[in-house]
Order: sequence, then structure tokens, then C-alpha cells
Amino acid sequence: MTTIDLTTDAPSAGPSTPDAAPTPTAALPSARRLTQLDALESEGIHIIREVVAEFERPVLLFSGGKDSVVMLHLAVKAFAPGPVPFPVLHVDTGHNFPEVLAYRDATAQRLGLRLEVARVQDYIDDGRLRERADGTRNPLQTQPLLDAISDHRFDAVFGGGRRDEEKARAKERVFSLRDEFGQWDPRNQRPELWNLYNGRHRPGEHVRVFPLSNWTELDVWRYIARERIELPALYYAHEREVFDRDGMLLAVGPYSAPRTDAEAASVRTETVRYRTVGDMSCTGAVRSDAAGVEDVIAEVAATRITERGATRADDRLSEAAMEDRKKEGYF
Amino acid sequence: MGTQTSTVEGESVPLDDTRRGTLLRLATAGSVDDGKSTLVGRLLFDSKSVLADQLDAVERVSRDRGLETADLALLTDGLRAEREQGITIDVAYRYFATARRSFILADCPGHVQYTRNTVTGASTADVVVLLIDARKGLLEQTRRHLAVASLLRVPHVVVAVNKIDLVDYGEARYAELAADIRAAATSLGVGDVHTIPVSALVGDNVVDRSSANTPWYDGPSLLELLEELPTGDDPETESFRFPVQVVIRPQAAADERYRDYRGYAGQVASGVVTVGDEVVVLPSGRRTTVAGIDTADSLASGETLTEAFAPQSVTIRLTDDVDVARGDLIAAAAEAPDVTQDVEGTLAWLGDRPLLPGARVLLKHTTRTVQAVVRDVVGRLDLDTAELEPAERLELNDIGRVTLRLAAPVAAEEYVVARRTGAFLLVDAQDGGTLAAGMVGDALAAVRRPAERPGSYAI
Repeated sequence: MTTIDLTTDAPSAGPSTPDAAPTPTAALPSARRLTQLDALESEGIHIIREVVAEFERPVLLFSGGKDSVVMLHLAVKAFAPGPVPFPVLHVDTGHNFPEVLAYRDATAQRLGLRLEVARVQDYIDDGRLRERADGTRNPLQTQPLLDAISDHRFDAVFGGGRRDEEKARAKERVFSLRDEFGQWDPRNQRPELWNLYNGRHRPGEHVRVFPLSNWTELDVWRYIARERIELPALYYAHEREVFDRDGMLLAVGPYSAPRTDAEAASVRTETVRYRTVGDMSCTGAVRSDAAGVEDVIAEVAATRITERGATRADDRLSEAAMEDRKKEGYF
Repeated sequence: MGTQTSTVEGESVPLDDTRRGTLLRLATAGSVDDGKSTLVGRLLFDSKSVLADQLDAVERVSRDRGLETADLALLTDGLRAEREQGITIDVAYRYFATARRSFILADCPGHVQYTRNTVTGASTADVVVLLIDARKGLLEQTRRHLAVASLLRVPHVVVAVNKIDLVDYGEARYAELAADIRAAATSLGVGDVHTIPVSALVGDNVVDRSSANTPWYDGPSLLELLEELPTGDDPETESFRFPVQVVIRPQAAADERYRDYRGYAGQVASGVVTVGDEVVVLPSGRRTTVAGIDTADSLASGETLTEAFAPQSVTIRLTDDVDVARGDLIAAAAEAPDVTQDVEGTLAWLGDRPLLPGARVLLKHTTRTVQAVVRDVVGRLDLDTAELEPAERLELNDIGRVTLRLAAPVAAEEYVVARRTGAFLLVDAQDGGTLAAGMVGDALAAVRRPAERPGSYAI
């Protein structure tokens, strides 16, 4: 190893002192250094405050999923002892888990937040959107989302996306500009320097903001444990009637019933939990005995499959499924 | 390949959150075909940070393309266009952890046309890992990346001399390159530089030391070194700076204790502040003292905080009812920065159109945005000579010096002594695009006069 320490090249003014040239050793365990979760929390709070200061009409996408729950928790902390100064928005596919919707409503009420809901079902009912052959409604969320953003003239939209989730998300800036059609142009992103976030945009454009950009799935779970954040119960092990489809375990329910004889034959009750929460028709459960948050942390730390790989059918469509959806304006 | 026990195997990543200063931000840079994506893939793969389904996907795509082994570069090249062209266009962020620390890795592009994305990745980095091809040696792009790392005052630079297997593991070739790197780093003012002979393809000295192939090398592997390097700045050696983000005044709070609450929310940019400290609010210059420091946790528990340090997000209450708004800077009264409407700065110009004197732009410094006009373009950096040469304009990817006149004062500090309060953006007032990364003062002074760089950057 070659080390150049320029301070030792400088002409010395007097006799050298022992502390003049500290050596590069291990990270110093100073009390005035942040832990990993403290550093991520502070970064997230800083981002959320920047948005509130620089935008006129921010909104936070809140689904009741763990990432949006953590993001909302940061927003609460950012403005204490005041209230969260923006509403929350949920794009409801119409195929959501009922217990997650109940959690969503209870949380908004507890925090005194205005909850806006954009419903995919409304679009299907009046013909603006058509049900897909595969039954999944995830890609159908884009249009109601973009309409809600323009109807309410939201100019900043907080999303719980994390860069470790997926390789197109790994390319996303913290402040990510969307054009007047809601499109993301991944080949022409603004430079993002230091923590000087540039939120300037033209009328009709908006900015997606990702306060959890640098969090991993494990960070989210460790933070949930540390902050004692309550989640919808389906994140923890429970018994559920499931069937096999494309290597995933789907819940038997009104929106995800077996379609083939093979699927029907595979119906059984298993002890499962959900690693992600989305549309019932394409969100898979994982076999798990993790009944509490510490069990989940141990499970996530040991897993060999990514969160989306384990649970999301729509990301298996192609190498660039997420990139293509994001370009069109998806979360 | 390695003869020592891996730093990864055997020990597991701790699940608690008790360790401090262990999150390291690193950026990788290199020229085209230096094997950077392969090195990143190797780091992720050998540190067991690649999960089975990601590897399956890489193997499937590699097979579809007729490759015999998995192309680890596919792990980080996430955009369709990147995979099609086999190049990296924009920064990809990756996360991995060892038993010792966690890493946020910004994998930056090598092409000169994407230098702005490399500046993005390097601006937040504690360490830049720069690759060179042992057969090719230092290229102009290597010097550009060293200049960017120096300019941004990235605390550490590690130069990985890659493809060492393709020069027959030659000690003499490595020594020659290490000397070249040392000379270039010194001339460009890079503070702390390390060199390591590696083969990303084979895995020599990436995670495990390769005493079989490079017995003449007695330093650490790349991962061992990354586990040891100290992170960023030490708040205890800095002056206190606190840019106000938001004023918190919950007049309609449900809890009536807080109806008269008035706090200034922000993230400590540098230093430490203690309750009772005398502070000055800039640019007004009003002096007051810190009455209290709050976080959501302290308000909920009723415990009072006595101090805050960088980079904590807190809310500060002041003793006097002074006028404080977003964009103001609360600073230690004894060591306050000057406020000025005339800024001499160093720019990394990232705009597609050239910068000419007379240009009207917006300048964003901490939480304050002001109008600015470019008075003069002083010169641009010649990467070969490391000298500032006279120039009338700055073109895309140029590094140069300018003088700016601002419509309102800012508390601008020399970037070489205060990164957070010495940095600024230039923004296009029309389309909002980010035009330049700016550093207050002669950030290139260190480039030209390395011996005079401030001692506070000693590691």
C-alpha cells in the first residue's frame, strides 16, 4: 500500500509532536458519531423538511406498506411538535388487503391527516382503464396516480422507494423530476450534489422525492424495531389459505382465486407472512415463522432472495419491467 | 485464491445499531473498460451481497448473450440503455455490509460525457475508488477523476490498479504505476491516496489478499482497507453551522404547551452546539443564545438535550425573539463566517451550453437561493499541467474559476475548510436545471500548492 499524507510533506515549523500526524486506523468510536440508523433518520428528516420549505403542495404516498409507514414516521418527527404539514395519498387498486386499508385509515385518523384516495376501480367502472388479462392491477395505478397529482396540483410527491429494491430504482435521484406527462427520463437526470437538492420545476412538472433512498430492507426493519412502529399484522407470521402460481404463494381471496386445476389443487393453509404489501393479485406471501419484529430482522438478514424477487409477479415480466413502468410515471 | 481468512466469512453482520461512525459512503470511478462494474460486482459477490435471484437473473441474461460466465457488470448496469451498450450512464447505488461496517456504494460512469454523474456520486463520498488498467496506466480521464476528487475534497482516494494479472503480476510495473499515481495525486492536491494491485476478474486483493499471485504486496485488500478508513469530518474540530430549513410554530397545536413554541428546524452542517452557546444569525448579524435543542424524541420523553452535532437533524430554540427565517444560518458567534455578495468560486461546469461572463443564474447555498450574475470567468484547469489557464468561457465538464455577484448576501465559507457551507449549486432560472457544482474560494489552490492545504484535512 502506498500512502501519501501531505501534511507530513509540509515543512515542519518546529519539533514534531506525537499527535501531529495521526495514522489512518479504524473508524473512531467517538460519541459524536451517528449510528447507521441515526444517520439515515437524519438524512430522511432533512429531505422531508427541504420539500416542505421549497414546494407549495407536497403530498406523501401512503399505502400502509412498511416503507410508507416509516416515511410517514419520519415526517411526524420532522415537524414535531407541530403537525405533518401535508396530506397523504393512496392509489387503491381495489385489490388491496382489507387489513392494510383499515390500518391506513386508522393511521391517517390518529395523526389528523387528510387522506386522498385515487381508485383504480373507478377508472375500470367508467371505462378509462381496462382490466388486464393477467388480472394484476399494479400497472393500472399509474393513470389514477398522475391524475390525482394534476387534479390536486401536487408539486412534490414523497415516495417510499428504496434504491436497494430494484436495479432501475438504484439509478433514481433523491429529488427526481417528472415532466408534464409524469414521465421519468433516466438518461437525462439532473446532477445531485452534496445534500443541496434542486427542486425547481416548470408549471405542470412535479418532483418525486425519496427520503428512504439509502435505506435497505434490513434498515427499515431495524428502524421499525427501534422506534416500536406498529405495522399491519400481515407482515408477521400467520395462517392463511394459499395456492401456487408461477412459483409464488398467493392468498386465496376475492381478488386472487385459483384459475387452473393445478392452482386449485395446490390450495392449502400455510404459516406465512408478507415481505411487501401491494395488490393481492400479484403480491406473494413467504413461508415464515417470524411472529415478531426481531424474528423478521433475523429472517431478512439471512434471506437469499430479494424482496421483490420473492413477492412481486409484475417485476418478473422482463429485465426492465420496473424501468418501463417508472418511465411512464409509476411510483 | 486468498490465503488469509476473508473478512466476510465467519463473522456476521451485526443486527443491532450500537456502532457509531460505521456507515461509509464510497464512489467508484474509472475510464471505459477499466473493469469498474466487474470490480463492483466482485465486491458485492465476494461479500455475499448478491442474492440468489439477482444472480439467477445475471446468469440468465449472460447465457442469452452467449457468454460462458456470468457478467458481474450486469449487477450494476440497471438501465436498459446501459445493458444494451455495455456502459454505465448514470450512478447506480448499491448497499452492502460486512461485520465491520456498512457501505453505500455509488457506482459512477467512466465516459467523459457522463462526468456530471461522476461528480454527483463523488460529492457525498468519504472515499473514491478509482480504477486504472495496469496495461494502460494513467489516462486523461484518470487525471480528471483525481481532479474531481481533489476539488470536492473527498477525504480518501484508493486507486485500484486493475488487470494486474494481465501484466503477469509484475511488481516493477505496479511500482511504476504507483509512482505515477503518487505524482499525479500530489500535483492535483489529492489528500490521502492509497494504491492496491487487483484483478477484479480473478479476485486478487479485492476481498482477500493474494499472497500467491502478488507476494510482493504487503498491504491490505481493497475491502480490508475500506473497512479501516475513517469516515468524513469530525464535528469536534469544526465550527458550528446550522442552516435553517423550516420555522416550526404550531400555533394550532392540540397540545397547548406548544402554542407559543417557536423553533428553527435544520440539520447541523458542521460542529457541535450546546445549550447556552452564544450564536449569531446570518446574514442579519443578530446575536443571541441557544435556549434549547429539541427532537421529536426529546419532546416526547421530556428529556432535555444539552447538545447537537453534525449531521443531526434537530430543532433549535433561541433566547431572544429575533427574526429568523429559512435561508438564515445560525453560527457560533465566536467563529462566525463573513457574509458577502461577491463570491469567488471554483466550478465543475455541468451544463450543456457554455458558461459565459454576464450569465444570470440562481445560486443555491445551504438553504438559501439568490440571484447571481457571472462577473468574470477567470480561467480553466488544464488537467495535464494542473495549472489554471486563462479562459473566456467554461464548457461542459470543465473545471474553472469564476467571480459572481449576488443579489443578496450569503454566509459563504471557503470550501477547503467547510465543505457543507462552502458548497453551492448554480441553477438555470428558466428550466430549473442544475448547471454547476460550485465551491467557494480557490478550491484549486490545493491543486496548485499542495503543501499549503489546511492541516484540518490531514487524516
